[in-house]
Amino acid sequence: MPEMTTGDDDAGDGIQIDMISAERMDGLRTMEKIRLILDGVHDDNIVILEDGLDPDEESKLIERTMSEINPDGFTGIEIETYPGSDGGDGGFLGRLMGSDDPSKLTVIGPANRIETLHKDETLISTLVTRR
Amino acid sequence: MGLLTELRSSISRATSSLFAGSEPKRIGIYGPPNAGKTTLANRIARDWTGDAVGPESHVPHETRRARRKENVEIKRNGKSVTIDVVDTPGVTTKVDYKEFLEHDIEEDDAVRRSREATEGVAEAMHWLREDVDGVIYVLDSTEDPFTQVNTMLVGIIESQDLPVLIFANKIDLEEASVQRVSNAFPQHETVPLSALEGDNMDEVYDTIAEHFG
Ligand SMILES: Nc1nc2c(ncn2[C@@H]2O[C@H](COP(=O)(O)OP(=O)(O)O)[C@@H](O)[C@H]2O)c(=O)[nH]1
Ligand SMILES: [Mg+2]
Repeated sequence: MPEMTTGDDDAGDGIQIDMISAERMDGLRTMEKIRLILDGVHDDNIVILEDGLDPDEESKLIERTMSEINPDGFTGIEIETYPGSDGGDGGFLGRLMGSDDPSKLTVIGPANRIETLHKDETLISTLVTRR
Repeated sequence: MGLLTELRSSISRATSSLFAGSEPKRIGIYGPPNAGKTTLANRIARDWTGDAVGPESHVPHETRRARRKENVEIKRNGKSVTIDVVDTPGVTTKVDYKEFLEHDIEEDDAVRRSREATEGVAEAMHWLREDVDGVIYVLDSTEDPFTQVNTMLVGIIESQDLPVLIFANKIDLEEASVQRVSNAFPQHETVPLSALEGDNMDEVYDTIAEHFG
């Protein structure tokens, strides 16, 4: 639901997108990566990771997210990875890029503001609701 | 072989089989909310021990704490496998207490339920990294298996090198598609079943015994 607020950030009712390079993430420990992501999401930003997280980091991200959910505001995250979702070979892009190093572009946002409209091997369509 | 050596080896054989028998494999039942995890856990527990694990419900997050049924001995074709069945809360990346309100639950209770649900999911994730020996991943075969949570969870399970079975549940429903489930996870064995109706439970137990025995 589009709704104007007296904004507690400089962007007003805009949408801030944090794109984080693989290089930046490479230098961080697991908990530092998770903090960077969740701090962004808590600020209502959309966080895009050039190269996603590994399974262990994903597992800890879910665990951490759960512990930060509270009834007054934060309802968790929406996360989409691309390419993905077909198990084995990382999909069309994964095959193109060689299955050894499938890049995992990952989009993460606040669950109450982001909704995946459509997703397949070649496209993620996401609706971001303004505050 | 001297008498003493013989005695010692027979004792060690006896104790090793004793210990093998007393250390059941801990099998975690994972999957999204409402897939039928508790219904399955209850059916397994009832079939082999006579009593249930916990309440089943159409309200999501009814299972908010991992529940265990220990020492479930499954006998198959002369072989027997003893497992601890761990029914976990459905894994998700979001919980909004307002969703409970739609199920006629009071606000206070909804807030409490959502807090318990988030703690339960965190705990289930932790267990997955540390405390389970094998995983049954339950999916509702009437629903699209290609979700981010399913892909992530199966990826996490694979990265832990845990043996995993995919259970395509609710085959009693007309819209069920087992094919869609096995296509989603071709690298794993998919077993169709109806935990509610008890359909195909023979194959379920055969596969559990083979896989986790
Ligand atoms: N038709 C059908 N419904 C099922 C089956 N298994 C579970 N259910 C129903 O699905 C709902 C959720 O079941 P539950 O076991 O609580 O799911 P959980 O959240 O994964 O533990 C309940 O209403 C169950 O009766 C099944 O095999 N067939
Ligand atoms: Mg349950």
